[in-house]
Amino acid sequence: MESYALLVAATLNAGTVLAIAALGLLINERAGVVNLGAEGMMLCAAIAGFATVVHTGSDGLGFLAGMGAGALLAAVFGFLVIYLSTNQYATGLALSLFGVGFSAFVGIGYVQEKLPQRPSFEIPFLADIPLLGSAFFKQHPLVYGVMAFVLGLMWFFYKTRTGLVLRSVGESPESAHALGYSVRRIRFYAVVAGGALCGLSGAYISIAYTPLWVEGMVAGKGWIALALTTFATWRPARILLGAYLFGGVTMLQFHLQGLGVQVPSQWLTALPYIATIVVLALISRNPAWIRINMPASLGKPFHPGS
Amino acid sequence: MLKLELRPQESQVWRYASPLLALAITVALGIGLFMLLGKDPLRGLQMFFWEPLKSVYALGELMVKATPLLVIALGLAVCYRSNVWNIGAEGQFVIGAVAAGGVALLADKETGRWMVVAVVLAGVAGGMFWASITAWLRDKFHANEILVSLMLVYVADMVLGYLVYGPWKDPAGYNFPQTKSFEAVTQIPRLMSGSRVSVGLILALIGVAAVWVFLFRTRAGFAQQVGGLAPAAARYAGFSSRRALWTALLVSGGAAGLAGALEVAGPLGQLTPYVPAGYGFAAIIVAYVGRLHPVGMVFSAVLMSMFYIGGELAQSRMGLPKSITGVFQGLLLFSLLACDTLVAYRLRWQSRRV
Repeated sequence: MESYALLVAATLNAGTVLAIAALGLLINERAGVVNLGAEGMMLCAAIAGFATVVHTGSDGLGFLAGMGAGALLAAVFGFLVIYLSTNQYATGLALSLFGVGFSAFVGIGYVQEKLPQRPSFEIPFLADIPLLGSAFFKQHPLVYGVMAFVLGLMWFFYKTRTGLVLRSVGESPESAHALGYSVRRIRFYAVVAGGALCGLSGAYISIAYTPLWVEGMVAGKGWIALALTTFATWRPARILLGAYLFGGVTMLQFHLQGLGVQVPSQWLTALPYIATIVVLALISRNPAWIRINMPASLGKPFHPGS
Repeated sequence: MLKLELRPQESQVWRYASPLLALAITVALGIGLFMLLGKDPLRGLQMFFWEPLKSVYALGELMVKATPLLVIALGLAVCYRSNVWNIGAEGQFVIGAVAAGGVALLADKETGRWMVVAVVLAGVAGGMFWASITAWLRDKFHANEILVSLMLVYVADMVLGYLVYGPWKDPAGYNFPQTKSFEAVTQIPRLMSGSRVSVGLILALIGVAAVWVFLFRTRAGFAQQVGGLAPAAARYAGFSSRRALWTALLVSGGAAGLAGALEVAGPLGQLTPYVPAGYGFAAIIVAYVGRLHPVGMVFSAVLMSMFYIGGELAQSRMGLPKSITGVFQGLLLFSLLACDTLVAYRLRWQSRRV
């Protein structure tokens, strides 16, 4: 039984990585910008966060450095696609390719480095409950943080004026422009916010999730996070659920290995990627359903006065 | 302040000047990077732009790396011109290499020289098969081809890993994850002695001509591209978008698979976990920098090959990480996209109105 409790705990942890990044991408997609650079931003943030913790010993500064790296790269991306109207797919791809190379380049000296003793977390009293304690109450604060953030984001999107403006920029930039909102500035802020969250997710990977630095360690999680926004039909709560689902698939491989299931490890490692493909195909089956839910101007540049 | 003003017509000058300006910006950033790292920038530039050119042997090595890049990019150009976003050429390359390797392993001492043809065809078929998964999911389920083709890169790596760590592992290989070395009859013929340049280069150049003719001189090639430029016009003209989708993915998958076969039956000579070398991703940059034009891509493939060789030399002679290649590749694509703004817009100095 205890092993199932640990499986639940690991699922929540793995889901948190995906959820933080996917919620960030949701913000900029809701404003009409799709950023394929998630993988690159997460990798750069992972090394930025890891290096910062190595040098300062402070996890908090590490997370900040990760967010800063993500936001900075997103700002470059945002400038290109929003102000220079470059193709969003190609520019995002450039960001991913650059991020893979750049993180490997800066990270070469950190491959052997170790972080200081990792802190352990537990919620007093609750953590002592049998099974439930180890399943739910011994997690990194960000695991709870992302749950709170989803609620906050739902409130922001659907209950605040700013949230409404952000969504209108994604649905109909022309109308938002006509009402006097600066479409491009709002999109830029959304892109930077998305980058900061992707950065937080990347830093979480290298600081807490698997505390070390290896070249390419994000291993496609940025792309899975991108798939999650479609999977969740651009709704915050569904992103969290989807993230836990994928986190579960990722963790299942270790659990199956633990149970002694005789399957080559490569097939199990491929599981999350195959699951992403299958889920993406199933959810996209009905194009009308996607079209209704997708921000209407997603991927299209906006040039005021043209 | 500076303002972008839409040009009445796209600038033909900037269409071709933009890649050159992008290269200049990348070089400038590179010089800055070398200085930041305390390395001699001149020596750095020499590694990238002079060493790969200075001897016949070096030129041969330049071609060895340019060949797979060009072959993959030719396929991708057909894809991108049809507005199909296959970014998983790396995976199609790997499965092409696996299929070619699987056939090569069947050869023994008695096998005839025809075997090399079977190896190459297997590679093409492997790449096509892997790309057809993306095409099928897009066609039947409307699944986004960007994400599917990219996810399949990871799956392809796992397939390769499974085979070389498992059933195809060389029993006499001291437990290294690799197949036995292929028989000589499977080796892609070389063009001359003393250089590793192979028939693959000739195939790539034939590919340049073939893609040029297809894109610019056939009705099928025209129909293929109209779908990308103006989907509504294509529908009106009765051009099938499904047909364009399948053609784009099968051509690019087949090309990437061919590159995989040429690589594994050429310089590598066996399957190892190190078959994926990022050519599939670098070829995306080759395609863009070459303006998705077959002839332009010849130049950009050579340029990208210089980046690879320069990176290796920078590692061995200047003590810099080899991944500097990836940094420069990314910077080049970034700069190119920024410079391409000048194709459609002009910069105007405008005093701020009050």
